[in-house]
Amino acid sequence: MIEVKFIEHSGEVHEVTAESGASLMQAALNNSVPGIDADCGGGCACGTCHVIVSPEWIDKVGSPNETEAIMLQMTPEGCERSRLSCQLQLNDELNGLVVELPEFQM
Amino acid sequence: MTSQSDRQKETLPDPYELPLEAIDLSDPALYSQNRWQDYFKRVRDEDPVHYLPESPFGPFWSVTRFEDIVAVDTNHEVFSSEPFIMIGDPDADIPLENFISMDPPKHDEQRNAVQAVVAPRNLASMEDLIRSRISEIFDQLPTGESFDWVSSVSKELTSQMLATIFDFPYEDRHKLVYWSDIATSAPELSGGNACKEERFAALQDMVETFARLWHQKAAHREKGGAPGFDMISLLEANEDTRDMINRPAEFMGNLGLLIVGGNDTTRNSISGSVLAMNEFPEEFAKLKANPQLVPNMVSEIIRWQTPLAHMRRVAKCDYELNGKQIRKGDKVVMWYISGNRDERIIENPDQVIVDRQRARQHLSFGLGIHRCMGNRLGEMQLRITWEEILKRFESIDVVGKPVRVHSNFVHGYESMMVKIKSKH
Repeated sequence: MIEVKFIEHSGEVHEVTAESGASLMQAALNNSVPGIDADCGGGCACGTCHVIVSPEWIDKVGSPNETEAIMLQMTPEGCERSRLSCQLQLNDELNGLVVELPEFQM
Repeated sequence: MTSQSDRQKETLPDPYELPLEAIDLSDPALYSQNRWQDYFKRVRDEDPVHYLPESPFGPFWSVTRFEDIVAVDTNHEVFSSEPFIMIGDPDADIPLENFISMDPPKHDEQRNAVQAVVAPRNLASMEDLIRSRISEIFDQLPTGESFDWVSSVSKELTSQMLATIFDFPYEDRHKLVYWSDIATSAPELSGGNACKEERFAALQDMVETFARLWHQKAAHREKGGAPGFDMISLLEANEDTRDMINRPAEFMGNLGLLIVGGNDTTRNSISGSVLAMNEFPEEFAKLKANPQLVPNMVSEIIRWQTPLAHMRRVAKCDYELNGKQIRKGDKVVMWYISGNRDERIIENPDQVIVDRQRARQHLSFGLGIHRCMGNRLGEMQLRITWEEILKRFESIDVVGKPVRVHSNFVHGYESMMVKIKSKH
């Protein structure tokens, strides 16, 4: 099992576990983490599962794919550590991952 | 204005009695007569990627199932939004360019310039203002006598909102509604009824009015005034768009787009929500008993109403979609109105269910790079509208058959007579 920590914009922390191979979005939805809307259900097509990877994890997580980067451009709170959680597949390397949630999804 | 009125009244045949290949989903009468449901159901079941070789809008493919629509909408490399996103082609006499009808990278530049105004952070600061304006409208409504909900509430509310985000002279806000309506109702675009002369004159007036507003705001800034946070000020502040005024087709196109985007979509969802609560009284009872359901109900209404019935693409290369061979240059119409009723993906799709699971997963906002920019604004307006309705009114009873828009693009209501009962 992979442990992941979501930090809401308010500072509230949600620690969840997920199977290796699941997407970070799925981990959030399965554990009712608020603030991940996932309007398109995981298709990299709506931009509403935006997360900001904590600085110490960004190297392991890596940068967004091409489509993802285009969708992230449309998010006003986007920054260089932004990812769409539907595109982030969890694996043992990411055990302990910490991500922040933006104030709003758009 | 009445050139098509006879056509509008013609009785449409049962879709199951027609040869499948002759089914024309672009017929605006399907929508004004509210007969589109069975037509789409047959096509979804029997020929989900449906080719019509001849129509008033030329030959086109209809994409009718949820998953096929997602495949097209998210593939902007194959399916271009240029030259235009309505089924018909714009009149060459009215040059119109806007970012919904552009591919990257130009699309990205122009969209990025204005999206901040409808970003959730900005919306949060507008919530109180919207609520007080909605409250004012509601407090003036007559109780116990019938009136038209569309003109008294839906249009009034959306035009106030548009005037706010454009920082447009408040007393002239009805012009925004008029321009928006006429922009999309050309016969060649959507099968609508607007006459060419009137449409030209209206769009000309729109451009001149916005050009004046643009120059006023620019002058204000040159004098050292603080830049505003409205659509025009944002366009002026962005280096990709600050000279848009010198590109008339883009200027007219983008302003038209932003007005249309914020106008009949929200308006028709507001009207549709009232109709839905009449057609599904048990759902209205659920909502009254639990107002916490309002945000979910809002998504459900936006799905059920689907205020824009379609978006059009053009294939940039040959492409096989669900077994059909689409050729380079073919017109491909994604019928959101049909995908949102696809029983393969959505259970009981014709039913409004205010507490439906995953209600947000609908197609009304589109998907991919052209996804609706103002989706959060639209949702917020609907949410506040219903929060305020539930505080005040016992019921809003639809007392006559609503008159529906004769268009294959704007799916909505010309008028809808209602009678309200106050709570107190």
